[in-house]
Amino acid sequence: MSDTFNEGITCEFLDDCDIVWDRPDSLLDTRLHYCPGCGHSVVHRLLMEVVDELGIRDRTIGIAPVGCSVFAYNYLNIDMQQAAHGRATAVATGIKRVRPDRIVFTYQGDGDLAAIGTGETIHTVNRGENIVIIFINNGIYGMTGGQMAPTTLPGVKTSTTTSGRDVSIHGHPLKIAEMLALLPGAYYVTRTSVISANHVRKTKKALLKAFKYQMEGKGGVSFVEVVSNCPAGWKMTPVDSNKWLETNVFDNFPLGDIKLPVKD
Amino acid sequence: MSQKHLMKGNEALAEAAIRAGMKGYFGYPITPQSELLEYLSVHLNNRGGSFVQAESEIAAINMVYGAAGIGERAMTSTSSPGFSLMQECISYIACAELPCLLVNIVRGGPGLGTIQPSQGDYFQAVKGGGHGDYKLIVLAPNSVQEMADFVYLGFDLADKYRNPVLILSDGALGQMMEAVKFPDYDIEAHKVDKSEWATTGNATGTHKVITSLYIKTEKMEEVNLKLQAKYREIQEKEVRYETVETEDADLVIVAFGLSARVAHKAVDICREQGMKVGLLRPKTLFPFPKDQIKSLAEQVDQMLVVEMNAGQMLEDVQLNVSGKIPVEFYGRMGGLIPTPDEIVNKIKSMYEQYNPMEVTHV
Ligand SMILES: Cc1ncc(C[n+]2csc(CCOP(=O)(O)OP(=O)(O)O)c2C)c(N)n1
Repeated sequence: MSDTFNEGITCEFLDDCDIVWDRPDSLLDTRLHYCPGCGHSVVHRLLMEVVDELGIRDRTIGIAPVGCSVFAYNYLNIDMQQAAHGRATAVATGIKRVRPDRIVFTYQGDGDLAAIGTGETIHTVNRGENIVIIFINNGIYGMTGGQMAPTTLPGVKTSTTTSGRDVSIHGHPLKIAEMLALLPGAYYVTRTSVISANHVRKTKKALLKAFKYQMEGKGGVSFVEVVSNCPAGWKMTPVDSNKWLETNVFDNFPLGDIKLPVKD
Repeated sequence: MSQKHLMKGNEALAEAAIRAGMKGYFGYPITPQSELLEYLSVHLNNRGGSFVQAESEIAAINMVYGAAGIGERAMTSTSSPGFSLMQECISYIACAELPCLLVNIVRGGPGLGTIQPSQGDYFQAVKGGGHGDYKLIVLAPNSVQEMADFVYLGFDLADKYRNPVLILSDGALGQMMEAVKFPDYDIEAHKVDKSEWATTGNATGTHKVITSLYIKTEKMEEVNLKLQAKYREIQEKEVRYETVETEDADLVIVAFGLSARVAHKAVDICREQGMKVGLLRPKTLFPFPKDQIKSLAEQVDQMLVVEMNAGQMLEDVQLNVSGKIPVEFYGRMGGLIPTPDEIVNKIKSMYEQYNPMEVTHV
């Protein structure tokens, strides 16, 4: 039983109870700056559960992007490097190439990974770097105040598409996971969400797989896209934002495995 | 000291980097530095390092960031347009205080310019280049031997000060072949302890973070003040320069890199003709030999700055001469190299224009 968890709690039965929920050791005990209902927080927790369960905190290095999750290192008690906007996978490449014994992951938003960093993303996957890429696709630029992202759906209003995204002007939502899956360097590509307990469990499983593949040194990128929400940027309540995901977004970004490792 | 090798400047630099224990090299082809990339593509992976041909200079410098951040010696090399592309990340590297070695084999600009040698990137090298208040340690070799020597020095200074170091060379030095000797360099003896900050994994319970983000203004200023204090220390301790016949000189040329080689020749010609000309060659452009310029300004009657640009280091010389004596400039641009005769003619015209004998008798 972790001490911090028990802090301030007095209950005579507590010692007899089984722990069914606890904060993962590697998740720091601080208040998150994310907006209420934002998927980033859930994925942070899952990530740290995975790191703890695999026992790899002493050799894991995470790359925080530019975007809302730039502060991930304030919450994740693992060694981290903050990368320039879009360059997280290049930074990860640099680390992995000089220390192949380390476990390296990037954590990136859609603007970071699929707009300014598209080149780095594609080439990192194409080189088959043995890393994990976690891609939080919330269809908007959260950090800068809700501008159009490469993944914004047609018709969706943002602060730079005030009448809705017009594909004749702004192009179409970029399905980068499907693009990446075509590359031989992509080992495992999957798309999940965190809108319900069931989906959270699936995301955790996907993350576990991804990190295990890296540890086994299978070669190639394991890519986990989490289709997530941005209640503040979308101007919706957390509940409505999750409904919106189900009714609109999953049609465009279907959940499930996109590429599975070839059985060896 | 080992035997002599006949090598191109770019290759000598690459070989020295391997011998200095470089673990990661990340680069993108561009003339006139591609030999560096090609040499390392053949040799680095066999000799304990990792070579990656990146998809762009932006990716390359960010790979350096990652590799340096985990505490390994890392390097990239490029030429002018590529160096411009790297500036955002170099600013990050400077703020996050990551030791690494950068190489700019300068070509003529602006724009796509020419592949011929130039010194047109002096301002970019010593005045920042990217955003914010930061400085690179800038080393300016003038021979193939120094192309190699400054690699060891560069890595050592980078590690000592946790600061990016730039070797600012040019296309001619990169391409020319000269004899070079590689010193016996004990990699282990030169290793510094990076365990305090390098992100190798959280084995202690306290995690390490490499970042340049400080949202709180007071903290950001504190970081800046710390950087500025470091730059002052570097200015005090790490100035390197060479002088040629300055003791009795009444006119001194100030030049770096390739133009200093030509200027040296011009000094020889002037001396043969009875003119008391000397040369000051900064080997470090930051830290700049300010005090040496200041004291020469007390001694000589005039100075001539020779560069392969429109007059960039000229401004730093003028700043330190502080109007005490006339400072003239001679430069070529667009990939052209000044000849010794051009410099000698310029010096003659300076003597004609300003005769110290007359003035002292007024
Ligand atoms: C070179 C550069 N360009 C622009 C920015 C400004 N910027 C910061 S975050 C961001 C968008 C991030 O959006 P996304 O990657 O989707 O992540 P989110 O904030 O939605 O989690 C932008 C454009 C920057 N910091 N650096």
